[in-house]
Amino acid sequence: MHTSVIVVAILVLTALGYRLGRRRSVALVGGPRGTRNLHSLPSYYGFLTALWCALPALGVLGAWHLLDERVIVGAVLAELPPDMQHLPADQQGLLLNDVRNVVSGSLPAAEARPEVQSAAREWRRLQSLSNAAGASLALCLGLAGGALAWRRISPELRARNGVERVVEIALALCSMIAILTTIGIILSVLYEALNFFRVVPLTDFIFGTTWSPQMAMRADQVGSSGAFGAVPLFTGTLLISLIAMAIAVPIGLFSAICLAEYADRRLRAVIKPLLEVLAGIPTVVYGFFAALTVGPLLRSAGQFAGLEVASESALSAGFVMGIMIIPFVSSLADDMITAVPQSLRDGAYALGATRSETIRRVVLPAALPGIVGGVLLAVSRAIGETMIVVMAAGLAAKLTFNPLEAVTTVTVQIVTLLIGDNEFNSPKTLSAFALGLVLFVATLLLNIIALKIVRKYREQYE
Amino acid sequence: MSTEIAPTDPNVRIRVPRARVAAAADDSQPGSKIETKTVGQVTVADAVMTARRVNVHYGEKHAVKDVSLDIGRNAVIALIGPSGCGKSTFLRCLNRMNDTIDSARVDGSITLDGVDIYEKRQDVVQLRARVGMVFQKPNPFPKSIYENIAYGPRIHGLAANRAELDEVVQTSLAKAGLWEEVKDRLDHPGTGLSGGQQQRLCIARAIAVDPEVILMDEPCSALDPIATARIEDLIDELRQNYAIVIVTHNMQQAARVSQRTAYFHLGELVEVGATNQIFTNPRHRLTEDYITGRFG
Repeated sequence: MHTSVIVVAILVLTALGYRLGRRRSVALVGGPRGTRNLHSLPSYYGFLTALWCALPALGVLGAWHLLDERVIVGAVLAELPPDMQHLPADQQGLLLNDVRNVVSGSLPAAEARPEVQSAAREWRRLQSLSNAAGASLALCLGLAGGALAWRRISPELRARNGVERVVEIALALCSMIAILTTIGIILSVLYEALNFFRVVPLTDFIFGTTWSPQMAMRADQVGSSGAFGAVPLFTGTLLISLIAMAIAVPIGLFSAICLAEYADRRLRAVIKPLLEVLAGIPTVVYGFFAALTVGPLLRSAGQFAGLEVASESALSAGFVMGIMIIPFVSSLADDMITAVPQSLRDGAYALGATRSETIRRVVLPAALPGIVGGVLLAVSRAIGETMIVVMAAGLAAKLTFNPLEAVTTVTVQIVTLLIGDNEFNSPKTLSAFALGLVLFVATLLLNIIALKIVRKYREQYE
Repeated sequence: MSTEIAPTDPNVRIRVPRARVAAAADDSQPGSKIETKTVGQVTVADAVMTARRVNVHYGEKHAVKDVSLDIGRNAVIALIGPSGCGKSTFLRCLNRMNDTIDSARVDGSITLDGVDIYEKRQDVVQLRARVGMVFQKPNPFPKSIYENIAYGPRIHGLAANRAELDEVVQTSLAKAGLWEEVKDRLDHPGTGLSGGQQQRLCIARAIAVDPEVILMDEPCSALDPIATARIEDLIDELRQNYAIVIVTHNMQQAARVSQRTAYFHLGELVEVGATNQIFTNPRHRLTEDYITGRFG
């Protein structure tokens, strides 16, 4: 029987459990008029019965399917001829892969070796046996759980509290998923990064000033030094982020002040959505805006001023990225400024402060934690931004703080390292993971600092 | 015949009849005829502020109707009346705080030392420095105690250097009866004080810019009885130097702290008189009903 059929059967059983549980609870107190004698509403008894039907059955079914392949593999290996049982691990893996392909039908059985064919037959037999056993176990558990819950129903049973408990656990599990995903990402990146650091020392990576990830494939190859000093990438990222923030923070903050304090309702209704449109533009579009419009514009402006501006300069990428980030800063700052109580403004006005004095001395300090939070959020966005810099910042890993030159960033290098056919265990590919780890750690630190600042000011201002 | 006046705040348009602007100065003399339905003497001999035929509209709502009233120097006047009777709105006219509300419209004339405060050339910011205000809920700035007091003197340039500023902060806190309690922790946040202390901090903040009039909008309604008693004592002391207008729902409080009492009812000023006369021998039926607790 197919697993989906079993799941549907369990669900039907669950629905039935709900009806039966509900009906029994009502019947126990002598009809709908007596329900006030029940501890909980009748539907809670129904839910409890249904949960007892569904949870054990689905849980066992899931666990069975996770674990049965392991048992089957063991059994199939044991059936193989003795000389094939003691193969090295990788060859055994290949053999098992063959068997699996025959089982799934992607490899015609006739083309396989006889041992493989017999192993596949064995596999199929065990698989159907396991499926049947799992399905019947799940169904039996569902029935048994439902029956048990149904029998336990009495007017004193605290069904409501039981359901509450299950809801609590479900919510906790959902929040765990987010945490576990984060941990999973950290571990996978960390694992690959550690592989990289086995080849390239950590100190070379963090303090080296030359980035040239082309590895020599032959001893006499020219120009492929394989240097993994990430400092130029860090400075490039830093430079572009700084330019972006220099654009986004003042413009975002001032437009937030304008919106929150000066604009009347009609102006606000027009400007705010328009600002938020900026956040909705795909970053690729920003990217070619930077590469095709802003870059050449800055270049010709530079020529006019007698400056040498690279067509893929840090300035154009940072400028466009700053524009992109404006709505992040402005909408968070706007929320924070609007949240400052009117009584504080009244207090300042009553002392004879002008509007801008009130904003500068009273409103902004009170809104500062939120504004700092918004800015740091924007910084981590800027550091992690990829598309704009891929298109507009260039690939040359140059160690410079001159915004008119082309620089490259961590994200750009990750993209170029992983594009195309690469050996997966070469330092060149692995270095992408090390860069990813650095990026992750940097944004994590930023967020921790942001939280600390926000908390400190909050204590002071409440 | 009316002139249109463009106030400093572009959100509010105020129309003041030209004749009345001119008449306001004459009316400030006691004994002169004032067209009013109010029972009792609305004028006083030594008025620091005069209000003549003030009307306030919030959009469609007519919140204050034809109110004329003098605010005497070195005296406390209490504005009492049931909720929504317009006493707070009238109070907020006296330092043009209604300007911050978009839909508010104020007609009539209000003078401070004989100068119309709704006049075109009147600097609202300067006006509010001369007519300070204390609010219903203590609203200290999220800054240190010192900075709360120093804020006003700083923006008005009242202190030339740090020593003078320290002096202003100390005397203001001392006048508000808070100096002894906070002198060792001036750098602590003002929001960390108790409710009564916060309110006295707000009073000290208002005093620090050296106003002529202090408006108080139910300053004790969020405080416990002990803190209230301290504020009331403070109000009595402040009378030496300032004119005080206090809105209160607490009639005992009005009786305790004020020399004159004005009773508002549905936006109209029903009766004004010496406080002991209002509370012992009210002349208007509505006042009597309110005082004796028959309604309100």
